[in-house]
Amino acid sequence: MRPWIEKQRYLIDYTLAALARRKARNLGLLAVYALLVFMLASVSLFGQALRQEAAAVLADSPEVILQRLVAGRHDLIPPGYLEKIGRIRGVQHQQGRLWGYYYDPVSKANYTLLVPAAEAPAPGHLRLGATLARERGLQAGQPLSLRSYGGKLFTFTVDEVLPASSELISADLVLLGEADFRAFFDYPAGHYTDIALSVANPQEVRNVAAKLSAALPDARPILREEMRRTYASLLDWREGIALALLAAALLAFAILAWEKASGLSADERREIGILKAIGWETGDVLRMKLWEGLLISFSAFLLGLVGAYVHVFHFGARLFEPVLKGWAVLYPRFTLVPQLDGLQLFTLFFFTVVPYTAAVLVPIWRAAIIDPDAAMRG
Amino acid sequence: MIQLTDIHKAFNQGQHNEYWALSGIDLELEARRVTAFQGPSGSGKTSLLTIVGCLARPTRGRVRLHGEDISGLPERFLTEIRRRTFGFVFQQFNLIRGLSALDNVMLPAYPEGKPHAELLQRAEVLLARLQLGHRRHARVEWLSGGEQQRVAIARALINDPEVIIADEPTANLDTTLSKQFLAILEELSGEGRTVLLTSHDPLVIKSSAVHRVVGLRDGRLCGD
Amino acid sequence: MLFQPSVIALLLAATLSLVMVAAAAPFAWQILRRWDLGSGSELQLQLERRTYLFSTLAAFVCASQLLALLLFVFTADRLSAMFVGAMCAVGALNAHAWGFPALLLQVALFFLAALWLVLNHVDTRARNYPLVRLKYALLLGLTPLLALSAWLQWSYFRGLKADIITSCCGSLFSGDSNHGVAGEMAGLAPLPAMLWFYGSLGLAALLTAWHAWSGRLGLLAGLSSGGAFVGGIAGIVSFLSLYLYEHPHHHCPFCILKPEYDYQGYALYLPLFAATAAGMGSGVLQLVRRVRGLEQIAPAASRRLATVAAWGFGLLLCLAAGMMAGSRLVLLEP
Ligand SMILES: Nc1ncnc2c1ncn2[C@@H]1O[C@H](COP(=O)(O)OP(=O)(O)OP(=O)(O)O)[C@@H](O)[C@H]1O
Ligand SMILES: [Mg+2]
Repeated sequence: MRPWIEKQRYLIDYTLAALARRKARNLGLLAVYALLVFMLASVSLFGQALRQEAAAVLADSPEVILQRLVAGRHDLIPPGYLEKIGRIRGVQHQQGRLWGYYYDPVSKANYTLLVPAAEAPAPGHLRLGATLARERGLQAGQPLSLRSYGGKLFTFTVDEVLPASSELISADLVLLGEADFRAFFDYPAGHYTDIALSVANPQEVRNVAAKLSAALPDARPILREEMRRTYASLLDWREGIALALLAAALLAFAILAWEKASGLSADERREIGILKAIGWETGDVLRMKLWEGLLISFSAFLLGLVGAYVHVFHFGARLFEPVLKGWAVLYPRFTLVPQLDGLQLFTLFFFTVVPYTAAVLVPIWRAAIIDPDAAMRG
Repeated sequence: MIQLTDIHKAFNQGQHNEYWALSGIDLELEARRVTAFQGPSGSGKTSLLTIVGCLARPTRGRVRLHGEDISGLPERFLTEIRRRTFGFVFQQFNLIRGLSALDNVMLPAYPEGKPHAELLQRAEVLLARLQLGHRRHARVEWLSGGEQQRVAIARALINDPEVIIADEPTANLDTTLSKQFLAILEELSGEGRTVLLTSHDPLVIKSSAVHRVVGLRDGRLCGD
Repeated sequence: MLFQPSVIALLLAATLSLVMVAAAAPFAWQILRRWDLGSGSELQLQLERRTYLFSTLAAFVCASQLLALLLFVFTADRLSAMFVGAMCAVGALNAHAWGFPALLLQVALFFLAALWLVLNHVDTRARNYPLVRLKYALLLGLTPLLALSAWLQWSYFRGLKADIITSCCGSLFSGDSNHGVAGEMAGLAPLPAMLWFYGSLGLAALLTAWHAWSGRLGLLAGLSSGGAFVGGIAGIVSFLSLYLYEHPHHHCPFCILKPEYDYQGYALYLPLFAATAAGMGSGVLQLVRRVRGLEQIAPAASRRLATVAAWGFGLLLCLAAGMMAGSRLVLLEP
């Protein structure tokens, strides 16, 4: 065992020295490789972060949401609707919700105005999301004026800026009281945006939905489970498409790696010939070259990954936002919650290191089988 | 110690440019002696040395080392034998540029996986013995021709081989340096090593350090 | 569900392995036909040099199959969120008929590649390369299996639809349902299951240790290692998992790989896989010990592998006992 380890150390030493001797060439390859990892990792980290955000959104949302449809479009819930549902077995709790979108011409962004179920702000007061507060330069205690769609100016006092644990949810959120909400949007009394139902037993959800559809033919129940699955598969799918596109880049890179590995310089061929003549075995040269590939792979992987981490979590994935998010106008400074996931890293590793290794295998072998007697014939 | 029986070596066998560099060599090489191969250019001296030194396999014929037939061995095992039994000094020295003299000397021992401290010490002793102790950290391309050859000799000795093989060792040296080389040669053979070399140089062929001269012509022997 | 990053990675890896081995197949065929170690011809030299490429290829395939095995389980686990009724990898694997076959073939491929590497290892130490033809015939035999594996994975992932309602570890590995082998394993009463687990692993540990020490009974040691793998998996499903989850009915062999359970599964599977591969390799070497040129090499290597296997099985036994002792679950009333 000991000689084996010692030998690998010698081989690594040698290959490090050899890499250093051909700096320009190897740095070029490293840069391209790291760039590829960077792109793949950015897509992957960003997708994962969005998935987490979506999961966080859904974690707080009720099991079933009931919307009313008029001519196939989402409409307000008229008074008396809640009562019509009556008691359904398995439903713990049902409640009308009030929320709406507001386009703010000052910050050129959409806000979500929502009346919270509990602890609603007092009349004339509101709480708002971190991104919004940052955009408008607001802090707790300051006033915020908004012009309603009806043209009237409303002034509120900011009670609190919401903590930014998950910015995707709270970023554009404005919480206000019911009376303020109705006044601001001219919302007819007794009407609601939709109805939230909470169901304790997950097995019951589908039954509840079926009963709701039967009782209220003009209503559409939306299940949290379904939303979760749709979100997840949508995000996965987008990420998959992006990765499949990047696979073309991957192929190009594999060809480059092959080229680089097979285009041995005369100098390098001479060196390998010498090594073999003085007693290195084909397997030794092969291993030395594999170490070289491994060292390049790991450095590129690390470099690309760190770069992608910084890109996604500190610069809000500037380069990929439009592709992955789709509705990116909303968030001028959008920071995702940093996280790394084992499966994701493993997948990335598979995407980059395995093809690279496969691509350089044959060229490495070709280099390793140079005739040992070549050294005798300068 | 080395017996060659009916050695043939072909290049590009089976192709239109097939060429037989050696055709029927029978030779016995004794241990602890200095043998020189002599002959016109293209007569097959280098080819013969590559076969004796396990750098290549004969197309036909047998090579015996200490009585064991090694001519049919796979390259993997030939390499092992070569590493432990033969040390090479090449005409162009063939040092690896960019590495220090010390690193160059240690290279042939890497596949053995000996502890680093031991190896380092052995390399330093060898360099010191060849009057290169003070240059051991210099990169080899900064060394003079004579110094480079001594580094190459130290490298050939690092695995303590029985046989030293030198192809045209004095071709790139002036007379003084050639004499210096012959002195080292005597010293090596005095330690009990077998030395095989090729040369055109009368200085070498006529030298008292050489015990036996073997002539080659067109891939055949032509008298001692 | 083909457009999942990890699915693409898996298919990529399977295709790569297949393409590489398939591309090598004609050359392997040439080795089978033209190999002649006694010849000094240039063709023979070329063939010899090609064997280096094939060894490297096989090592690559073996390593990538092992990694792919892990990735496959992880992916199935992650995909389970998509299916109603699935809580972990079992549910996702169950969501399509080829799920479990694909997994099993992956495991088999890993062991086959490992055994090939063992044969290769001793062969390249013998000066006459006595197993060359056998090795390359085996390599050719591996190609259709790799193709089958790639095809199974492709069909499995393509066949997965998010609206499938599947059953998960709860029902597949529950003792009272009739779910074939899995149900049988889980349905074992704790005491016989433990006897089987400790019995088969203990036997394998003893036999491999004995073989390592005395050089005898190698074939039996190899066979018992294969048996210990089955026994080990059965034990994990039937009772070890219960102790790890501290729950009398949770029999899942995959959930123990999750962070919720401190990744304890790796501590079980790693020694199990390593020891099984080493033990079976030791047995295989026993089969070739009389081949000319291997008379010394094969038995020595066989004993070295048996040593590794004995340590692996021993470690696994200690770990299993430790996990049982450390658990708050009581299955056997004293
Ligand atoms: N790789 C090769 N392919 C084809 N022919 C070769 C090859 N190597 C050597 N030869 C031929 O074999 C013959 C013998 O070559 P070798 O190098 O052994 O001669 P030599 O006696 O060492 O000559 P010199 O004194 O010029 O070094 C030469 O004619 C050479 O052209
Ligand atoms: Mg010559």
